[in-house]
Amino acid sequence: MNSHIQEKRGRRLGITYSAPMGLWLTFFFLVPLCIIILYSFLKKGLYGGVEWEFTLTAYRQMLNPNFMRVFLRTLWVAALSTVITITLALPCGYAMARSRHQVMWLALVIIPFWTNSLIRIYAWIAILSSEGFVNEALKALGVIGESLPLIYNQGAVITVLIYMYIPFAILPLFTTIDKFDFQLLEAARDLGASKPESIFKVMIPNIRSGIITAVIFTFIPIFGAYTVPLLVGGKDSYMIGNIIVDQVTKTRNWPLASAFSLVITVVSTIGVIWMMTSTASERARLKAPAQVVDANGGIT
Amino acid sequence: MGKRLKGFDVTVKDVSRAYGSFKALDDVSIEIRKGEFFSLLGPSGCGKTTLLRIIAGFDSPDNGVVLLDGKDILPLPPDKRQVNTVFQSYALFPHLSVYENVAFPLRLRKVPAAKLDAKVRDYLHLVQLDNHMDKKPSMLSGGQKQRVAIARALINEPSVLLLDEPLSALDAKLRQNLLVELDHLHDQIGITFIYVTHDQSEALSVSDRIAVMNQGKVLQIGTPYEIYESPATDFVARFIGETNLFPAVVKQCVPYEDYYMTTLDIPALGTEIKVTDYDNLAVGQHVSFTVRPEKLKITGHQPTRVGKDINLFRGIVEEPIYSGFQSKYYVSLENGTVIKVIQQHANYMDEGPDIDWKDQVFVSWSAEDGYIVEVVDS
Ligand SMILES: Nc1ncnc2c1ncn2[C@@H]1O[C@H](COP(=O)(O)OP(=O)(O)OP(=O)(O)O)[C@@H](O)[C@H]1O
Ligand SMILES: [Mg+2]
Repeated sequence: MNSHIQEKRGRRLGITYSAPMGLWLTFFFLVPLCIIILYSFLKKGLYGGVEWEFTLTAYRQMLNPNFMRVFLRTLWVAALSTVITITLALPCGYAMARSRHQVMWLALVIIPFWTNSLIRIYAWIAILSSEGFVNEALKALGVIGESLPLIYNQGAVITVLIYMYIPFAILPLFTTIDKFDFQLLEAARDLGASKPESIFKVMIPNIRSGIITAVIFTFIPIFGAYTVPLLVGGKDSYMIGNIIVDQVTKTRNWPLASAFSLVITVVSTIGVIWMMTSTASERARLKAPAQVVDANGGIT
Repeated sequence: MGKRLKGFDVTVKDVSRAYGSFKALDDVSIEIRKGEFFSLLGPSGCGKTTLLRIIAGFDSPDNGVVLLDGKDILPLPPDKRQVNTVFQSYALFPHLSVYENVAFPLRLRKVPAAKLDAKVRDYLHLVQLDNHMDKKPSMLSGGQKQRVAIARALINEPSVLLLDEPLSALDAKLRQNLLVELDHLHDQIGITFIYVTHDQSEALSVSDRIAVMNQGKVLQIGTPYEIYESPATDFVARFIGETNLFPAVVKQCVPYEDYYMTTLDIPALGTEIKVTDYDNLAVGQHVSFTVRPEKLKITGHQPTRVGKDINLFRGIVEEPIYSGFQSKYYVSLENGTVIKVIQQHANYMDEGPDIDWKDQVFVSWSAEDGYIVEVVDS
């Protein structure tokens, strides 16, 4: 009937509207991805590049325990930094949403982006190095006699990564918290919830989508990070990103670099899908409270 | 559910609350009795919600006290007060099902599963939502949401239920039905209801007593009947129902049976009228005179027998408004003053109302039907 026709037309229009986006994704994401997949199955050229010969060498090389250690470390650093970032960003987003000076706070969050990220990382070197701001200040105050090892280690990497990506967590959190109906907190208090209970039982579940976006926006770039561990990390801070760069520029093993890139893409994709299905199953659970949810939440 | 809960009395004493220099509440004192259906009635912005929030614990007064069952509750946080609120926008938790919304207070108190389930079902049944418990709030109609909010507020068995304009988001017909249901619910469970509304007909129809507020002040507290028939101020007279209100000067005041027959000079009517009053008013005192439109009689021909205490005026119908069960007429008197008259249509009318636009009519009322609102002499 009438609505049927409209629905059909709507669907056709949907294709028209999404065409530019589709073309963009095809040329700048799908095509490069296919090239990477292809390269990872080819033989390494002598001075970089590839030879057109199918082989699984790259994947065999990847199983090297040294590489595995870097992979696990990258996973761990990304997870830890993300958790800390979100934990810090939540109260920030909350305070911003409740503030009367939202525009000012938003500007303060965004202003650092006006400076090149490399320069900001170098600024951290100036702050953390053995003759840096923190050490000199502490020495001047007589708190310490000798410089603390604040830089070129895992701690420095995590600190700077959090600094770099916290705006990407604050912004989506701020937007969802701003839309949150704060009267719900009053309702919770009214019904007997303490202040923390009202936050955890009512606000957090209702800003889930913002938290998920924030996690995706921080975890994925941190998982692929390479400048930060390169500039403020030590020998033990190497991450997958650094391996890829080394394989392209020093070792000239393009298939291996491609294989590692693929790992980053796959891990990120799994992360996103897991996050999305867990919200979907949450929604399904709410529709049917009696049903028991699969504990795996959708990953296989 | 045969359950009856225990209601507490609420005393609000000398409560003031200012936002900057603006006084949202100005020295408000109200005593609400155990188990009463008490309404706070006033126009938008008069401070009703502010008072409710102070009783619930979301706001604190600049001075004054609030007693629940004789105990000061101002130091207690909202979760420690035996008071629950039905919010104007319902404030249902969107991430929880109807069942879980109602179960929320019990889950906080870690009530055992079997007891929790029985109680939630019990209260969902009380508000007739048995068939909707798995739905999310977004899938409910306005009236259903309101019921969830009520069940959720009642499940903690509060002594006082605060309702902030719970019907204002609903259409007129549904409002009537839910109002009656609310009244039944109140009779059934027996706790104190404090009901905020700006709709005078709502307040009149269900309340035991009403406090009429304006600009942060309580103007009058009384039963619906007292407030309608004996308004304490001009504002109350105008705000509650419809009325004709004129400034007047006392001309004469003589004892008459067990009250006083007062003669008032009303410049707006260009004449003197008679009205009975319980007070012996001083001659020359400035007062307001009010008479409700439904107490006026309107006829197309001059009444033959006019008693001594009947006030009679001649006029022209400027605007007849027919609304089925009654007609309202704006009658322009000879000196130009317009007076409102409401005529009930109690009998079947073949030809419609016999009074029409531009008809000459006679408007009359008995001295006993007028009312003197006292005014402080200026
Ligand atoms: N947080 C606040 N800051 C400043 N002014 C406020 C605040 N809360 C309320 N007010 C003012 O106090 C007055 C009373 O507000 P309140 O919400 O109690 O009115 P109300 O009687 O409930 O009105 P309505 O019928 O429109 O809900 C209003 O003029 C309002 O603007
Ligand atoms: Mg209000």
